[in-house]
Amino acid sequence: MISLTIKEQPAVPLEAECLSPDAVHGLTADAVRALPVFLGKRKCRLDDIFAVEGQGSDELEIRGDVRQVKWIGKGMTRGTIRIAGNAGMHLGAHMKGGNIEVGGNAADWVGAEMTGGLIRIQGNAGGQVGAAYRGSMAGMNGGTILIGGSAGLEVGMRMKRGIIVVAGPVRDFAGLQMKGGSIFLLGGAEIRTGAWMIRGTIVSLKPIRLLPTFSLGCAYNPTFLQVYSRHLTKLGISIPHDVRTGVYERYTGDAAVPGNGEVLVWQPHSS
Amino acid sequence: MLRITGGKVYDPANNINGIVKDICINDGRIVADVQGGKTIKAAGMVIFPGGVDIHTHVAGAALNFARAMTPENQRRAVPIFHKGERRAGIGGPTPTTFATGYLYAGMGWTTVVEAAVPVLTAKHTHEELRDTPIVDKACCLLMANNELVLDLLEAGEIERAKQVVSWLIGAAKVYGVKAVNPGGVTAWKWGKDAKKLAEPIEGYTKTTPGKIISSLAQIVDELRLPHPLHIHCNNLGAPGNVATTIETMKVLEGRRAHMAHLQFHAYGGDDWHNLRSEAATLADYFNSQPNLTADAGAILFGDAVTITADGPWQHLLYQLTGHKWGNLDVENETGCGIVPYTYRPSNLVNAVQWAVGLELLLLINDPWRIFLTTDHPNGACFWRYPEIINLLMSAEFRRERVKCLPKKALERMTLMDLDREYTLSEIAIIISAGPARALGLKQKGHLGVGADADVTIYNDNPDAYQMFKVPRYVIKGGEIVVEEGDIRQMPEGREFLVQPAYDDTIEEYLRPLFQQVYTMSFDNYPVEMERIARPEVVSSD
Repeated sequence: MISLTIKEQPAVPLEAECLSPDAVHGLTADAVRALPVFLGKRKCRLDDIFAVEGQGSDELEIRGDVRQVKWIGKGMTRGTIRIAGNAGMHLGAHMKGGNIEVGGNAADWVGAEMTGGLIRIQGNAGGQVGAAYRGSMAGMNGGTILIGGSAGLEVGMRMKRGIIVVAGPVRDFAGLQMKGGSIFLLGGAEIRTGAWMIRGTIVSLKPIRLLPTFSLGCAYNPTFLQVYSRHLTKLGISIPHDVRTGVYERYTGDAAVPGNGEVLVWQPHSS
Repeated sequence: MLRITGGKVYDPANNINGIVKDICINDGRIVADVQGGKTIKAAGMVIFPGGVDIHTHVAGAALNFARAMTPENQRRAVPIFHKGERRAGIGGPTPTTFATGYLYAGMGWTTVVEAAVPVLTAKHTHEELRDTPIVDKACCLLMANNELVLDLLEAGEIERAKQVVSWLIGAAKVYGVKAVNPGGVTAWKWGKDAKKLAEPIEGYTKTTPGKIISSLAQIVDELRLPHPLHIHCNNLGAPGNVATTIETMKVLEGRRAHMAHLQFHAYGGDDWHNLRSEAATLADYFNSQPNLTADAGAILFGDAVTITADGPWQHLLYQLTGHKWGNLDVENETGCGIVPYTYRPSNLVNAVQWAVGLELLLLINDPWRIFLTTDHPNGACFWRYPEIINLLMSAEFRRERVKCLPKKALERMTLMDLDREYTLSEIAIIISAGPARALGLKQKGHLGVGADADVTIYNDNPDAYQMFKVPRYVIKGGEIVVEEGDIRQMPEGREFLVQPAYDDTIEEYLRPLFQQVYTMSFDNYPVEMERIARPEVVSSD
């Protein structure tokens, strides 16, 4: 295992793409210390910012508040990164495999354009979780993002495959221009959820305000949610699917595109 | 002063075909002999005149719109870092201005023609060209949908139309005249297209695309411009469009003309499902028309950005792909559409398009009349030309690539049966000598005494791709600008333009019209000569 402790909060954001199992694997401690990072436009050594202990391996532990550190785990394909505190922007962007765990909050663009692997944030996340970067046609294309708290704007924007679960409330435009995949909103959402969605599934356990371009199809308990529920239970998340406790209202949209996406809103039976 | 010694020289314009010969350079030009100065020992190397791209899109409002629309391409592209005097930039399907100059020069091309410039945005185009270093440049002016000109054709006032065209050429500071989808862009402003050459276009009662083509060709000939009318035919990209292309060539009988990106105009069939190559039919007809030249507009598989003044076609392409779409309107002059596109070998239409480009290059038998282009960035980025050269020089390699295409596609092309292999001399014609001659640039495309000292020196290599990808030296205007792929010097290129004479009274006709229909005042409209870096006016003779 390699452990990195941030010495002091950098004044400007630090770009540290080298904080990834793929980059540090098999390196000696000295080689890890010499890895390049960019503090603003200046190139620095990793040990200018972090105290490094241990050998390079597939396991990274990052201690302290790294909210100013961007691109941690960029494009990683394997291994584990554990961040005790907060994480900066673009965490796990373009990630292909492995695990990232964050004890605190994460900033914008968590798992943007990722294709595989698991990201778990205990606290809140910023906007554009699993989203497509500006101009890209597709966002997240596989993998799983679990957020324990709330999330910001445009969660899962243009996502194509994969699962995003947000326990707390999310802000506007969740699933914007979504092309596939699943978003589970356990705490509901603000407005314009699923705007321009073409395909994919958004499940909300709280009532949400939908655009007029979504139409109600029926109320039912989709079988596939049982399969999803079984999968998510292993990750510590429970989704109701028992017909005795309630039903899902199924809305189709966004007719403005026109699209064939679905939004499932949980309606518990009044007891 | 520079002497290049020991290299095999390919200078087809002067009938020199692989002879070992010294090339001497003084003061930016080829001379008969020099005493002293630097010597490049080029034994085992091949010497070509610098490449000339007759049809490309490297500057201007439309290209800039395309750059802004595709940040995803730029994120993936190879960056060029700032180093000394060399500016930073990005490659990819639509390289940035400085990068465009470096990439063209790095490949051994020294002259490029920006093929589509509206007068209204010409200032912007010239400023971007100023920031495109090393290479020499020229522009073609979009004219076949200019409503001032079309109104005069409708009224039968061809003489006055000629005066207006002449004035506009002078105002825009350009080198040639381009016709894009004649009448179609004007019709697009009514939500229509112009698909038939003999039918009046929307908004007019007498003016047809055929009439626009023949009138502009006549005007360009009468103004004695060095480059003939540069035509992008109607029905670009559409199944069965070969009929329109041949009809256009018939309209042009007796006139000079350059047919742009012919690949996009050589399809048979009547739907996307049965689209097939008609390159053989087109090449057959073209071979019998000595008044015409053409460029290939070949495609290569991979990412491209389609960008053309052909607005209606771009709207159709957007509907077909569901990709991003940009549409620009340029007042009374033209329009523009932009759709990013990925050519895939698994796509039947794309596979046929790929074959058509190569078939045309192989079936048009006079290399002096067909030139290498990809209609950058439409068919592929210009920095991929070496891939096409490789496909042209080896029939065996070409067949290997054809075999990778879907079986269904093979029935719709003749590429598998073509044995022709380009020689080095023929390559020198289609990338340099031919386009220079078609452009009427007498000092380009050859290595005779008095020519501009634009010389590309390649390592002789049986692998044509490697050979043409990284030239050993590139000399521009007598300066060594590239050595083994590294940019050494970044001189500012020149810009060629023509200034045909016009009757001064034409301004009295144009001024009130302008006040009425343009958003810009008449006095602010022309591009000032000071705006152009190193202008060089080419005389009409």
